[in-house]
Amino acid sequence: MNVRIPTPLHSYTGTGQVQARGDTLAAVLADLDHQFPGIRFRIVDEQNRTRRHMRLFVNQRAVFDLSHPLQDSDEVAIVQALSGG
Amino acid sequence: MADTDNSDAARTAPRDTVVLQIATRKGAWLFHSDRDRASWQADGPHFLGHIIHELVLDPRDGRTLLAAASTGHLGPTIFRSTDFGQSWQEAGKPPAFAPEAGGTGRAVDHTFCLTPCHDNEPGAWYAGTSPQGLFRSDDGGATWAPFSCINDDPRYRAWMGTAQDGTPDGPKLHSILVDPGNPAHLYCGMSGGGVHETTDGGRTFAPLIQGLGVVPGFDREDPTFHDPHALAMCPSNPDRIYQQNHCGIYRLDRPGDRWVHIGESMPKAVGDIGFPIVAHPRDQDTAWVVPMDGTDVWPRTSPGGRPAVYRTRDGGESWQRQDGGLPREQAWWTVKRQGMCADALDPVGLYFGTTSGELWMSRDEGESWACIARHLPEIYAVRAGQPAPGPLGP
Repeated sequence: MNVRIPTPLHSYTGTGQVQARGDTLAAVLADLDHQFPGIRFRIVDEQNRTRRHMRLFVNQRAVFDLSHPLQDSDEVAIVQALSGG
Repeated sequence: MADTDNSDAARTAPRDTVVLQIATRKGAWLFHSDRDRASWQADGPHFLGHIIHELVLDPRDGRTLLAAASTGHLGPTIFRSTDFGQSWQEAGKPPAFAPEAGGTGRAVDHTFCLTPCHDNEPGAWYAGTSPQGLFRSDDGGATWAPFSCINDDPRYRAWMGTAQDGTPDGPKLHSILVDPGNPAHLYCGMSGGGVHETTDGGRTFAPLIQGLGVVPGFDREDPTFHDPHALAMCPSNPDRIYQQNHCGIYRLDRPGDRWVHIGESMPKAVGDIGFPIVAHPRDQDTAWVVPMDGTDVWPRTSPGGRPAVYRTRDGGESWQRQDGGLPREQAWWTVKRQGMCADALDPVGLYFGTTSGELWMSRDEGESWACIARHLPEIYAVRAGQPAPGPLGP
């Protein structure tokens, strides 16, 4: 499925859109980390919590549960709130 | 793996050169000079826009650089370079606490300090984190694992307090001192949480807080209420440790276990509150501090807008103001706890970076000061090292 990548993470992917596999958000993040080592820890902490200011959207709806089921036709967007100075 | 490439023309490091490692809120810089230290070549920014908490050249090989990085939003990580920043490799496993059931455990917000382990342990490093944690890498910074009982023992966790008890940018384990005579003998400082010592390689730690002040009304015997700002071991005598504390400047001479309040001899109008403290590389009686305004709401500026370094040459019995070349008025910056250091040359070079992004140095042990750079981002850490002779590149 398509996964949109925010610019602060382009150093890992080299592009703003990549393909990943998985039947849950957690599985997609694991696949991303397999393809782009280190990227998951910048998004999710060691307690499996999405980091502050990081948001995950599925088909343009915010999802907070990493066990959220996915289908191949879904589109995942990783969004970073660019706030602060 | 996120690598960056900052390739410039290959440079060569002659013997007796100095490289400053500057970590800032918006990236990292290297400043190169020869042993005269009269002119400096800036190399940077590296990691523009990333928060770099500390950048450290491994003194054991003079080539390996580790950078503790995060951004305002992304999780923390460690980058490593062996070609003076022309390329960087990200740690495959950055410092992270052990997962806890239910997702209620602590998460590393950022790595605050990076400390090479003992000289006999090449490639091994310690990392102190915010919130307070101690980690170790045995592969040159590529992978990190929790080290010692400090991270998870309920007693130590209680001493650390909560995030609300910590400093404005998060509670942290900020100082790690390694006894050059014994790799298993370490000291660490936590803000808050006190000073602690291990003699068994981190299996157990014991508080080392006797003689230290706490905020009036609180229990001096409880490490929770202790707030060391920075620790400095004397290179010429590892049994002497200086400390800049929330409640003043202290000295400890081992095997004694009681800190002496040496800041009492500072001028009362200036006080003895501050963050950095630096020990002379060859004289155990000489140390430097940068006092700040710690009155009422703790402005954390230079006292009266007139910054100065203070030096002792008698172990803290007396202090002398060293402000030659520094602004005489309306300079409201200060220096963070990792923002000052000394080189090992003779005479000693002193360096500090300010919250206003200025980099200052002294070639005469603090008698006079010159500004190396202005308009950098807020400076978090300044380290000085000597690169290994040879090309500054692969």
